[in-house]
Amino acid sequence: MLLGDTLRSMVQYRLRWDQIFEQMYFIGIRSQVVVLTTGAFTGAVFAAQVWFQFKRFGMESAIGPTVSIAMCRELGPVLCCLLLAGRVGAAMAAELSSMKITEQVDALRALGVYPTEYLIVPRFLALVISAPILTGLALVTGIGCGYFVAVKIFGVDGAYYWDNTIKFTDSKDVVIALIKSFIFAVIISAIACHKGMNCPPGTAGVGKTTTEAVVNASLTLLIVNFFLTILLNALLYSN
Amino acid sequence: MLELKGIRKSMGGQEVLRGVNLRVAPAERVVVIGRSGCGKSVMLRVIMGLLQPEAGEVFFEGKKLTGLSEEEWNPYRRKIGMLFQGAALFDSLSVFDNLAFPLREQGEKSEGVLRQKVAEALKIVSLSGTEEKMPAELSGGMKKRAALARAIICRPDIMLYDEPTTGLDPIVADSINRLILHLGKMFGMASIVVTHDMVSARMVGDRISYLHEGKIYFEGTPEQVDRCEDPLVRDFVRGHAEGIGITG
Repeated sequence: MLLGDTLRSMVQYRLRWDQIFEQMYFIGIRSQVVVLTTGAFTGAVFAAQVWFQFKRFGMESAIGPTVSIAMCRELGPVLCCLLLAGRVGAAMAAELSSMKITEQVDALRALGVYPTEYLIVPRFLALVISAPILTGLALVTGIGCGYFVAVKIFGVDGAYYWDNTIKFTDSKDVVIALIKSFIFAVIISAIACHKGMNCPPGTAGVGKTTTEAVVNASLTLLIVNFFLTILLNALLYSN
Repeated sequence: MLELKGIRKSMGGQEVLRGVNLRVAPAERVVVIGRSGCGKSVMLRVIMGLLQPEAGEVFFEGKKLTGLSEEEWNPYRRKIGMLFQGAALFDSLSVFDNLAFPLREQGEKSEGVLRQKVAEALKIVSLSGTEEKMPAELSGGMKKRAALARAIICRPDIMLYDEPTTGLDPIVADSINRLILHLGKMFGMASIVVTHDMVSARMVGDRISYLHEGKIYFEGTPEQVDRCEDPLVRDFVRGHAEGIGITG
């Protein structure tokens, strides 16, 4: 219902770009360190694990595409959005629920402003725009760090690594990453905003709401990821 | 100007308003008193359209407001100001931006006009020079006055005050009461003041209504309320707990 109301408000009211950019700064710019660090070390550790296993079969040159495809299809979007659920989802739920219990949401309505339009639409749009960009950055750092670990530390041939990575990584893999992160962003913002706007009274309610928002968003994201994986593979790789 | 007819509203499965009838004339100050949890604040929220009643009607300037959609409500909300119990200033905005908020929403873009109107409103509530402060830097009484300035900046026809003096020391409470009187006289605004502070009720009310068990139980001038011999009204006005079976 909240998602429908948000989409309707996006059409019915003028977009508040100042608020959207402010939210994008908080979500996009200020989440970069967390997301890039996660992407980098996920790529690095995955490359290391793959090298430990593949060298037994003399398949070191397959490390590049394995890391790249895993980062694009699963690790990049899922880990990036799980971090966003923790960082951004928690902040959204806590801020909105604090506004709710201190009557600021009622004050908005009393001043003739529709809360969904003012509070939720900017957060929703900022997250669905920022999440795919952040995921893209996580992919680049993850694949780059995977290369560094495999080539510079474990001595895999760099030319083979890149050649195989480019040869076996399809543009569809990147599309999967972006589609998944977009859908995960919709899930995170919808759950966090819904929880925040329906916070029970009292300060204990804020804590409970914030925890529930993060847990519910993370679990929903993981469950939806399974079905998205099946669906996107069926759609994009049916031929 | 404002009329409530048979308003009924339940909260959490319990019916708190059971047929409230109330009329407010232009420039009249009506104080609604009653024990905590009797539904005074709920009544204000129904008037403001923040809660929809299960039955009954709210009329404002002859127009029936109950049943209007959120969008249809907005033009009327601009004619009705509300001071919330906890002030409800937007804590991410400075005092200036809080006060400029309703003006900007009504399309005012000129920074000069905004500065001038905000300064005027802050002067009325004796908060000049606090434009750049954040709500967290203000005391309880200052927050209430800043919120009052925000509520009156668009010159509403009627003001709703939800427990305006609760939690304030007697001196600050007195300054808020004087402000309510001053605003009523200065702009000819009608007011509904919800309170359980009898000092405030006597000071600002042209008429006092006692809300009991979801209905207006007694109405009269402050003098009539003070002389009332009904045990329920008398015990509330004098602050006696014997009437509800609590003795020392």
